[in-house]
Amino acid sequence: MINFREVTETNQMIEKENLDVRTITMGISLLDCADPDLGHCCEKIYDRIVKSSCNLVRVGEEISTDFGIPIVNKRISVTPIALVGASCCRTEEDYVQIAKTLDRAAHDVGVNFLGGFSALVSKGMTASDELLIRSIPEALSVTELVCASVNLGSTRTGINMDAVRLMGSIFKETAQKTADRDSLGCAKLVVFCNAPDDNPFMAGAFHGVTEADRVINVGVSGPGVVKTALESMHGKSFAELCETVKKTAFKITRVGMLVAREASKRLDVPFGIVDLSLAPTPAIGDSVADILCEMGLEQAGAPGTTAALALLNDQVKKGGVMASSYVGGLSGAFIPVSEDRGMIHAAECGALTIEKLEAMTCVCSVGLDMIAIPGDTPDTTIAGIIADEMAIGMVNAKTTAVRVIPVIGKGVGETVEFGGLLGHAPIMPVNRYDCSEFVNRGGRIPAPIHSFKN
Amino acid sequence: MKKAIITVVGKDTVGIIAAVCTYLAACNVNILDISQTIVHGYFNMMMVVDISALSKPFGEMSEELGRLGEEKIGVQIKCQKEEIFDEMHRI
Repeated sequence: MINFREVTETNQMIEKENLDVRTITMGISLLDCADPDLGHCCEKIYDRIVKSSCNLVRVGEEISTDFGIPIVNKRISVTPIALVGASCCRTEEDYVQIAKTLDRAAHDVGVNFLGGFSALVSKGMTASDELLIRSIPEALSVTELVCASVNLGSTRTGINMDAVRLMGSIFKETAQKTADRDSLGCAKLVVFCNAPDDNPFMAGAFHGVTEADRVINVGVSGPGVVKTALESMHGKSFAELCETVKKTAFKITRVGMLVAREASKRLDVPFGIVDLSLAPTPAIGDSVADILCEMGLEQAGAPGTTAALALLNDQVKKGGVMASSYVGGLSGAFIPVSEDRGMIHAAECGALTIEKLEAMTCVCSVGLDMIAIPGDTPDTTIAGIIADEMAIGMVNAKTTAVRVIPVIGKGVGETVEFGGLLGHAPIMPVNRYDCSEFVNRGGRIPAPIHSFKN
Repeated sequence: MKKAIITVVGKDTVGIIAAVCTYLAACNVNILDISQTIVHGYFNMMMVVDISALSKPFGEMSEELGRLGEEKIGVQIKCQKEEIFDEMHRI
């Protein structure tokens, strides 16, 4: 039978160390909502989402009460809209119409975010893909809960540089359209290399075409729990450090598994995966950077940071796969800047630069995330930043992403406040040398030699 | 049998167990095990209870217990289904 010490440990994790289930995300296929008539298509999309997920928020809250564990977000991911809208969208405005429909459905079922205003263009863009991408700035400025993502490359296909160049401009335009809100639109926009089909985390969640009609994916979090566990590990060897991270990740993931199983049963929707990511929030004690400091770095960004992060990421995965047979999504450590108090501090004091963050993305689970850059950064420079990150993902056969926010009207040394889970961030300096000739070449970067595995 | 774990933490005072047990009896909840310590005047209790015959929704009991602790006794009472502890601490 469960003993006093174990109960106290679990409750201490929840109450003092910010252990929570970050999200229950229901994936919903909209493939059969395609219709040559835009009005009908929107109607079908709205009905499908509301019918499929009307109980999601209530069930999430019930599970939270039953087990005494906070479930922070309830979210929806849908089939990439460029596929669903292909037969009825003739203009950018048509896609904006679908985005508004998604937003209305998300509001009506009470979820926090809806992801899937997406296009998968890793090798080439269809006319529909391009229309959707061009509609993103307007779509994100007139909606509140819709998140957009674009997959620009993969290890198997190489990198679609035409789309990379286009996204450089789309980031800027999105920033301009939401300039009155500190360019917040860009916080809801992310580009990927090797995007997973079952990611429950925003802004990059979408319901891949390899998925069933509906699926429940759960994202767990708990940087604070790992940090606390490492507090007693000062002076110990790497072997002991790794063992501690692994055991902690195991416990966190088991909670996610329980919630996923319950949600799947109560909603009568198949369970997909648990994403065991360490996802920080701006709250005190909920920081990935603090874990790195606990390992022995003065600040995140100090020499040794990449090695520490590699160790952390790997041990989290090793603990997690033991706890759940179906681990997926992004699974690993997230390193967003504005959403992590320790990262913000490191960026403010100059310990952390974009170049160091780029190195860190080689070994962590995602990429350049929630980084505020000067509003006058040229489109081509943003495209260059994206291309670098996509190349890291392509060559290392891992997921990488870029979510940068060119804050219109602000420059280095100023701060931007997004509020809530999105936090605040100092504007970080970007390398000012030009890359326009390179990114303007057009075409694609071929897949790397090690992608030929057949 | 469906089990839940009730934890009570707070400053020690007269009648904590009595108040909690009276409430549980009224809800048709059977107590299976109680362990309790007092450290530096702070009361710590863990109860394992059987909720198979619970007379109201679990969420309601959990909320009422929380309120009972906060408003009447001055302690923090938490009630969780057992699975979360089993999952985390047992392979």
